[in-house]
Formats: sequence, structure tokens, C-alpha cells
Amino acid sequence: MERIISLRVNKEDYKVMVRPGESLLDVLRNRLGMTGTKECCNEGDCGACTVIMGGRAVNACLVLAVEAEGEEILTVEGLARGSALHPLQEAFIKCGGFQCGFCTPGMLMSAKALLDENIDPTEDEIRRGISGNLCRCTGYVKIIDSIKEAASVMRQGESDE
Amino acid sequence: MSKSNYSVIGKRVGNVDGVEKVTGGAKYTVDMVLPNMLHGKILRSPHPHARILNIDTRRAEQLPGVKIVLTAKDTLGRKNGIWRNFRDLCDEEILCREKVRYVGDAVAALAATDLETAEKALDLIDVEYELLPAAFDPLDALHDGMPHIHEDFERNMNVYRQIEWGDVEEAFSQCDHIREDTFYCSSQAHGCLEPHCALASFSHDGKLTVWTSTQSAYYTQLLLSDMTGLREGDIKVIKPHVGGGFGSKLSLDSAQYCAALLSMKLTRPVKIVLTRAEEFGATKRRTAIHYKVKLGAMKDGTLVARKVQAITEGGAYTAMGGTALYLTGFFSSFPYKFDHYQYDGFRVYTNNETASACRGFGAPQANFVSESQIDMMAEDLGIDPIELRIKNAITPNHEIPGQATIRSCELRQCLEAIDKWIKERGPLPPNHGIGVSAYGFMSGGIFNWIDTPYAFSSALVKINVDGKVDLFIGANEIGQGSNTTLSMICAEELGVRLEDITLHTGDTSVCPVDLGAWGSRQTLMSGNAVKMAALEAKKQLLEVAFHTLKPNVVYDLDIKDRRVHLAERPRRGISYFDVVKDAIRGKEGQAIIGRGHYTPHGKGMISPAYSFGVQAVEVKVDRQTGKVELKKIVTAHECGQVINPIGLEGQVEGASVMAAGWALTEELKSRNGKILNGDFRDYKMLLAEDVPEMILIEVDSYEPEGPYGAKEAGEGLTVPGAGAIANAVYNAVGVRITQMPLSAEKILQALEEKKRTQKEVDPFEAVA
Repeated sequence: MERIISLRVNKEDYKVMVRPGESLLDVLRNRLGMTGTKECCNEGDCGACTVIMGGRAVNACLVLAVEAEGEEILTVEGLARGSALHPLQEAFIKCGGFQCGFCTPGMLMSAKALLDENIDPTEDEIRRGISGNLCRCTGYVKIIDSIKEAASVMRQGESDE
Repeated sequence: MSKSNYSVIGKRVGNVDGVEKVTGGAKYTVDMVLPNMLHGKILRSPHPHARILNIDTRRAEQLPGVKIVLTAKDTLGRKNGIWRNFRDLCDEEILCREKVRYVGDAVAALAATDLETAEKALDLIDVEYELLPAAFDPLDALHDGMPHIHEDFERNMNVYRQIEWGDVEEAFSQCDHIREDTFYCSSQAHGCLEPHCALASFSHDGKLTVWTSTQSAYYTQLLLSDMTGLREGDIKVIKPHVGGGFGSKLSLDSAQYCAALLSMKLTRPVKIVLTRAEEFGATKRRTAIHYKVKLGAMKDGTLVARKVQAITEGGAYTAMGGTALYLTGFFSSFPYKFDHYQYDGFRVYTNNETASACRGFGAPQANFVSESQIDMMAEDLGIDPIELRIKNAITPNHEIPGQATIRSCELRQCLEAIDKWIKERGPLPPNHGIGVSAYGFMSGGIFNWIDTPYAFSSALVKINVDGKVDLFIGANEIGQGSNTTLSMICAEELGVRLEDITLHTGDTSVCPVDLGAWGSRQTLMSGNAVKMAALEAKKQLLEVAFHTLKPNVVYDLDIKDRRVHLAERPRRGISYFDVVKDAIRGKEGQAIIGRGHYTPHGKGMISPAYSFGVQAVEVKVDRQTGKVELKKIVTAHECGQVINPIGLEGQVEGASVMAAGWALTEELKSRNGKILNGDFRDYKMLLAEDVPEMILIEVDSYEPEGPYGAKEAGEGLTVPGAGAIANAVYNAVGVRITQMPLSAEKILQALEEKKRTQKEVDPFEAVA
């Protein structure tokens, strides 16, 4: 049976009608029209649908929408502040951290979850942090560079405050 | 013009699609929704080879929400293929009429109001099959008495290609040393993250619009026209952002065709997105190839002759497999000068998923084989493998009889750069090894399979009154960065800034024809078209500026960074914006328009230009498990003038990792034609943790045929990886793997085998 649930996505509240088996990914893409989060394997293998829920990076395809009720959810659409891009977004553009761009939203959210925990990760920690995210285009080198660059900018920002 | 004089090209600029792609704003076909849209699904054969006796769609049609179920009887009965000049090689019905030829062949397509209903309805279609004997191994399928997969092809022989120059048999008789080896190259899944998908909308006025994830909107338009009977001009193909192609999105696919067909019957929008299992099992893949290679050399290391025989595993249909067959033959001679060369290639139908184009297009397979054997030959002759390569390397202006003339080529410098790096690296820890492979690759194919009378690439530049420039191109951005590269070329040629360019692309109804993204063609071919269009527009501005600046006739005018000035006296100039306004006034208010096109002429059979390079890979092999760990990948390469450095580096890095995955872990396993590891859990593409330090050494070169001297950079680096890794494994632990992939299991087995044979030899050595 369908039921109405409350979701909080990118600091906005939504009431949506969902079926019990519907994933958070389905709801974001098909009911809320937030297609930034990508559907790729639908089995939790590729990381393209990574969003941040309750501070942790999760595969939205493996989370039931009903489980996400009451959680703070952040998707790629909520990463920028108004027209100001997040340092990770700036760094991905500056360092060429994407090509086709299909893994990029998930990659950005995994990277954000990583940097939220540890603003000064080692290269190995970055590699581990995005090892749930497949990329067929870049060979990961420039993604790792982008995350390093963003971390450095964010640390600079913290020390300026 | 010297490099430092460029104001846009060669600069590290952000990708022009960057903001859209990092904010989630970039729309891909999978994201598209239209009002009143239906969801389509395709029923696929569970059998590798079977006759279709009957298809009963009634139960599915009765399911509430199902709008229509189509089978072959609802089609025009045409067969699809990209070699439109060779109708017998157009062999794919897409919706099968009499037979299915692989597990995944499409037998019916349906549309329903929602996806769940569509999926449910698939189970309600009753297909009665008569199972036929099948052939899975091309070496078996070639024999008499094996099942006929396509009736008109004796012994399942699909395509035969020969390449020959000199006289190999005579030459072998003169050689000091000859090696003959066999090799096997495995297949590879393209692994695009965005699946094949299409949204088709047929309107009551008889026009079809298809949004789709394609490498060539133009090919999709033509092939849909072939299959539906609609005129080309009544089909509009729109290519939004594309989530990867790698060769898989070049032929007409089942999602595109079935969505179009369903929409035409219903006059409603229909969307089909393939599942990940369909991606692995029912699209296309890299061609697996068996090789027998004979190589003859003199004691001093001069390579004299090579004879290559290849049997390629074609799968169920031709697709673009004939080109992979040809190119693997051509590139098996690369990158060396052979006076005598012979290639005989056979493409064999089997009851497996079709093998077709995949990044590198036959060249990675050729390179694994030939570069493994070069190292084996060097060891036989007691010559340093890099020295052997330098001695035989292709040099500029080298002619390959009947095939190609290679103009720019700095392979020797690349080899020397890698040699220097290896020497500086010094002694390696135990079980580490460095392997080297040299390669070359084409800058676009001189192949007009599709039989178009249009130029291979075209562009249109329109300068508006505010100085903004509309650039219309048919070139296909699929992630490789062509939107940025081509915008940069346009800005450089016109003398404006990158932000002055507004790109219009990915819509066949608006953009001039371009053959699309394949064969590393767009920088050179589309780049030349854009440069020509920009120059034509620029000349119109300069004519107007000439009247204002009134220079002595011996001076030329130029535009740089939005300023029109005397080329030799840059301080004497006027604003670009003022000149644009004057020029438009002078044309009775019409915008300035420049048109450009490019088709290679007089450039041989293969490509107008070739890039070269050398890759060294350092590995560590675990003797207990056989596992190969990548430690470093060092690439010295030349690709002419670099237009877009960030894009170039990304291509090199991404291609290198795709090649390493193919060599080591990406094995498509199948039993009786069914893919066993058709998901990202069991099909192992490399992860960020697997990727080693990468070092790029750019070697300068200039290609006269390319825009500003640029040439290929998109696929070349998928070519050397497997050979370099095989050579590195040999240098690390002394086992030569000739059958891909270089799995841990295979290496462990070889290590154990080596230990066993060494033990047997030892007592005799002790006696001696």
C-alpha cells in the first residue's frame, strides 16, 4: 500500500506518496524530479547514486524511502550554496575530476562525506573513501587530485575563520 | 606560429560543461521525462540458438496498463548494419523473426504505463522455441558440420581481411632467427555508467524525435531511417549529455529501435532504459581474438618480416566487428618498419553476444600480441628490448605500402624518454618488474561504411552583434571533452575568449553533419572543420576592419583576445566588438556566418594521422597468490599540438586504467553463451584503490594535417597497457602469460609450473 512520508532533502521538507518497496533513489529521481543523483546499477555496486543521509554516504538505491523518513538527506543539488559552488565542485572543474560526468554526483557526495569526517585525508584515505564509486572515464587520478585540492581549500577556509 | 603565441589553446581551462556536471544539472537521456510518456521493455531470448516457432502476446496485452506488444511481424523486416554498402553484412533484425542467435537477442518489445507493469508483462509473453545446436568457440564454429548461425555464411565465416606487403615467406628464409607464438586476447565489457537508453516521441504529423545516449547522433538518425522507413529529415536525434560510450553506442541499439517503433505505433512518447544485466549481456563488447604470429629478425636486431593470422570471435552479428578485424591486422605491424608483412584475419560468427567496436578498436589486442613477442625476440637475441624497439621504430614520413603514409612521428624520442626513466628508477625490489610497450594509433578513420555523401565533419560559426559566437557542431561529446576542445579551437581562430563561444550541439535538426565520436577522430577532423568555419567568419571581419585601419597592403590583419590589429604591429588595432557591429551593418543586418568542413583526401586507407607513444608499467607480483599489483604507469607520448591539456591528461589516464583492467581483472565469463558475471560486483573494473602513481611525459610533435598541428589522444592509451603489463610480469617473476587476462590464477599456475620444471632440471645441472 502506498503511504505518505515526510522527507527532508537539501534542507527542504517534502511530503511524498511512496510504495513500501520504493528506494530513496526512485523517490528522489522519479517523484521529486532530482535527477542529479544517478541510477546506474541499482544493486549498490557502483556508487553513482551516493547521497549523504544522517551524515553518512549511502547508496540511495539500497535505502528504502520509508527508512529515510526523518533523516537529513543531502544530494548533489544541495551541495552549492546559492550560486556559490562548494569547494569540491570548484576543484572538480579546476582539476578535471570528471569526464562524462555520470559518476560525478555520487563521487562528489562520497568525497564530501569523507572530508566532513577528515578535512586532511592522506591520498590512501581518499582512494579508500571513493572506492565504492566506479568511474570508467578518468582512471580516478584527477578525481583524487580534485579531492586533495578541495581539502586544501577547505582547510584554508577553516583557518581563515 | 610558436606555441607561446596562442591565447586559448594549450591553456589549462575548465571543461565548458563543468558547472552543469558538478551541480547535477547536466541532463542525460536516462533523466528525461515527457508528458504522457510510456515505459518500454524488451523480451530477450534465454537461448543461444533457437528457432522461433510461435510468439503469443495475448496474455501480456491483456494485462491492465500494457498498451502494445510488438514482434518482428510489426516491423518492416529490414536488417540493421553499419556497413550499408554491404547488405549481406547488415545482418541484425533487432527484433528476431525466425531465429535467435545469442542469449539476449530481442524477440518482443512492449510499452506500458509504468515500469513495473512493463516488467510484469514480459513474463506473460509466450515464446515457443525449437532449440538448435550452438557454437560458442570460434575455433570450433569454423569446422564443417557445426551449426549455421547465418544461413548464407559457410562455416560461419563472417568477414575475411588480408593485408600484405613484401614477401614474408622469402624474407623468413633470410632471417637469422624466427619465433612463432600463439596468443589469445580476451573480451571486455564497455562498462558505460549510463546504460543504453532512448526516449522516442512520434507525433501525428509523422515526425520522430529520439533522445538517446549515442556516440553519433547522425549514425543513429541514418540507421533509424533504414529500419523504420522514415525519411532522414523526418527523424530528429537529440543527444543530451552521454554517460560514456567507449565504442558501445555507435551501432543502432535495441533501446533506440524498439522505443522508436513503439512510439510510432502508439503516437505517444516511449522510454526504454536497459538494465545493467542487459548492458552486460545484450549490447556489444570488445572482440576476443586468437593469434598465431611469426616474427623474423636478424642477429643485430633488425626486424625483417611478420606474419599474423587472427581468428576473431564475432558473436551473433557483424556490427562494427569487420573494422576491428581490419585494424587489428593493420596495427599488428605497429609501430615498426617491416619490409615484409602479411595478415590474414577471419571473423567467425558464434552464438555469443556480438563483438564490435571497443576503445582502441582492435589495436589493443594487436599490441598485446606484438609487444609481448618483441620482448621475447629481444631476449632470444640478447638485445635490450628498448634498443630493439628504437632500431626498428617508425620514423616521420614513413610509408606503409598500400595502407598509409605516416607523417609526424616522434616515437624514438618517446622510447628514449622511457629508457631514461627506467634507468633513473634504478634497481627494483624483489618481485617487481617493469615492462614496456610501444604503440601508435589513428586520428580518425577514413572509413565511410555508413555511405554518407556529406563531409566527415562540418561546423558553422555565427557571430552576433554583441560579439558572442554561436558554434554549431555535429561532433558528439560523450565525456572525452570535445565540446571544450572544439570551443577552444573556435575561440583561438576567431581571436576571442572561450566565454564568447556558445556551443550548439547534439541535435541533428540544427547541427551540421559529423560522423561522431569514434576512432579518435574529433580533435583532428571536427577540429579542422571548426577551424575552417571560424577562419571564414574571421575573414569577413578582417575585410571590414581593413577599411577602418587602412594598413599598408604589405601588412596582414589578425584578431587576438577581442582586438583586431595589424599582425606585425599589434599596437595598431581596434575593438573586435566594433568591427562585428560594422560588419553586420555592412551585411544589411545579417549575422556573420562561416562554414567549415573536413574529409580526408589522399591519406591512404586508414587515417590522416597517427599518434605514438611508449608506456612503462611497474608491477609487483605476489608469488603466493599470483596477484599483480600496479605500482607505476609511466607514459611518454606525442599527440601533436596539445589543445586542451586537462582533457588530454584525463584521456591518457582513463585509457591507461581501462587497459590495465582489461589486462588483469576484467574477464567476461560465460557458459553456453550466457554471461555469468553480468554485474559490477563480479565483473571487476579497477577502483581508485587499484590505480597506481601515473607519470606523463609529453613529447613535442606537430602534425601538418591537424588543426594547429594536433592529432589523436582519445584511444591510443588503451593500446599499450596489456603488453606492458605482460612484459612487466615476466620481468618480475619470469613467467610469460600469452593468454589473457593475466589473472592471479593463471600467473600462480604458471609460477607453479615453472617451479616444477626447474626442479626436474636441477639434478642434471648438479651433475654437470
